[in-house]
Amino acid sequence: MPFIGLCDCNNFFVSCERVFRPDLEKRPVMVLSNNDGCIVARSNEVKSLGIKMGTPLFQVRDLVRRHNISVFSSNYQLYGDMSQRVMNILRKAVPGIEVYSIDEAFLNLDEMPLESLQPFARNLSARIRREVGIPVSIGISPTKTLAKIASKLCKQYPALKGGCLMYRTQDVEKVLGRFPVSDVWGIGRRSNAKLQAMGITHALGLYNMPREQVNYLFHLPGLRTWKELHGEPCIGFEDVQSDRQTVCISRSFAKEMTTLEELDAAISTFTSKVAEKLRAHGQCAQQMSVFILTNRFREDAPQNYQIKTTLFEVATDDTLEMSERAALSLRQIFRSGYAYKKAGVMVTRLMPRRGVQSSMLDNIDRTRRASLMEAIDAINKTEGNYTVRLASQGEMDQFSARTMTSRRFTTRWDEIIDVKV
Amino acid sequence: MAKEAELALVHAGFPSPAEDFMDVALDLNKELVRNPSSTFFARVKGDSMIDDGVCDGDMLIIDKAAEPVDGCLAVCFVDGEFTLKRYLNKGDYAILMPANKAYKPIRVDADNQFAIWGVVKYLVKKV
Repeated sequence: MPFIGLCDCNNFFVSCERVFRPDLEKRPVMVLSNNDGCIVARSNEVKSLGIKMGTPLFQVRDLVRRHNISVFSSNYQLYGDMSQRVMNILRKAVPGIEVYSIDEAFLNLDEMPLESLQPFARNLSARIRREVGIPVSIGISPTKTLAKIASKLCKQYPALKGGCLMYRTQDVEKVLGRFPVSDVWGIGRRSNAKLQAMGITHALGLYNMPREQVNYLFHLPGLRTWKELHGEPCIGFEDVQSDRQTVCISRSFAKEMTTLEELDAAISTFTSKVAEKLRAHGQCAQQMSVFILTNRFREDAPQNYQIKTTLFEVATDDTLEMSERAALSLRQIFRSGYAYKKAGVMVTRLMPRRGVQSSMLDNIDRTRRASLMEAIDAINKTEGNYTVRLASQGEMDQFSARTMTSRRFTTRWDEIIDVKV
Repeated sequence: MAKEAELALVHAGFPSPAEDFMDVALDLNKELVRNPSSTFFARVKGDSMIDDGVCDGDMLIIDKAAEPVDGCLAVCFVDGEFTLKRYLNKGDYAILMPANKAYKPIRVDADNQFAIWGVVKYLVKKV
C-alpha cells in the first residue's frame, strides 16, 4: 500500500513568533491579519479561551487584557522564510513533496516500508523542531484526506510525538467516530449543513453511508471524499503546482477611507502587487475586478459594497496598464459619503504568458514594457519591496497600523536578532 | 539558458585553456552556513565576552541544531533575554561563563527559565 504524509506546522504564525521569543512558550499568543483587523493564528492557550479564528480584534479586547495575551501583527517576511526552511528539510527527507500552503505539505512516501513510517514521522518532526524551532504534526495514511485527519490527531495527543500512522480499518473507524465531519478535508459549508440536517455530526456517519447515497447527495466531490475516507486514493499527488486561476490582493484598512485620493493610492498599490505576482508566475490576466467595501461591523454607518470588473483585450501582466485601468474602475464605483474599510484587486481568466494572443490594434509596445517590468521586479527584489513604485501608490506606510510587528529576523540585516553579551 | 547558449555561439573564438579545469568559485555562504535551515544570524550587543574576541557589533552565525558541548559559545535564553556565554554543563545546574573580568559567571538551574537557543559557529567582524 503506498502511503501519503501530511506535514502541518502547529499554529504556524504563532510558532514563528515564539522561535524568537522563547519566553512566550506556553503563554497565550495570537497573530492578526494584515492591518491588524482579525485574528489569523492562535496559540493553544488562546484557543482554549474560546477565541475563534477570524474574530475581529476589537471584539476580544477585554480577553486580551485580562489574560495578558501577546498580540502580533502579521510578519509575512518572517513566516515565509521560516516556511521555506521547513519545506527544504521535507524536500531532502522524502522523494517528493507537494507544498499545499505556507504551513502544510503533502509527502510522497511510496517507497518507504510500512514498519519504518511511524519512527520516520517522529524523527522528522523532532528534527524540524530542533533545526527550525517549529513544532509540526505529521500524519501518514493511504490517502490525503486520511493523512490530514491523522496529522490533526498528533495535535490532540502529544504522546504521538508529532507523528501518526493511521491505516488499519479498525483504527480509522475509531478515529472517524470522534472526528467532526465539518473538519474533514473537502467537506464545505454546504455539504456540512446537509450532513448536520441528517444528524450526521462525525466523519464516521459519512463513512458509513452507502456509496450510492453519497453519490446522490454530494455528487462526485463528495464521493471522492467518501472513497478517500475508505482508504482509496482519489486525490493525486502533484509535485508541480498547477497554474493558479486567480490572484487577489485585498486589505482591511487600519483607518477607514473616505476620499478618492486615499483609495487611489491603496488600489494602485494592490494592482502593482497583483501584477508583480502575475509576472512571478509567468501568467497574464484577461479580467480584473476592483472592489471597495464599508465596515460591516459598524451598524451605525451607511453600508456600501461595489465591484467593477473589466476585460483586457490582450491579456496582460503590465503594472502601468493595469493600474490605469484600476484607477478608472475605482472612479466608476467610488461614492462619497461612505467610510470604506476594505478594498481589493482581483484578476481572473489567467493564462500562461507565452500563450497570450497579440492584437493588431494593441497600442502598447509589449516587449519594451516587459523589460521595464523585469527591471522593476529585479530592483524590488534586491532592494526591498516598493523601492520602485508608481507615484500613485504614495507613501507606503499609510495603510498599515502595524504596531505590533516583530522584526524580520531572517530576511533583513538591520533586523537580525540582538544578543546581549 | 537559451540566451547563454546563443552568446557562447556568437563569441566562439579560441577555446579557453582553462575550460576543462573549471571549478566552482568559493562561496562563503556554503562554507559558513552548513545547514541553511537551522542557521540564524545575530548581532552582538555588549562586551562581556571581549576576552574571547567577541566585540560589540560583531555578527554571530548560529546553528540552532548543533549539540551544545561543554565549553561551547552558546546563545542562551535566560529569564526573558538572549545572551552569549561559554556554556559549562555541571549536571544539576549550568554555569554561563563571561570572558570579561568585570562580569560574574551566571549560575542557572531548574528555577530559571533557561534554554540553549543555538551554538555559535562563526564570528564575523569588520576590521
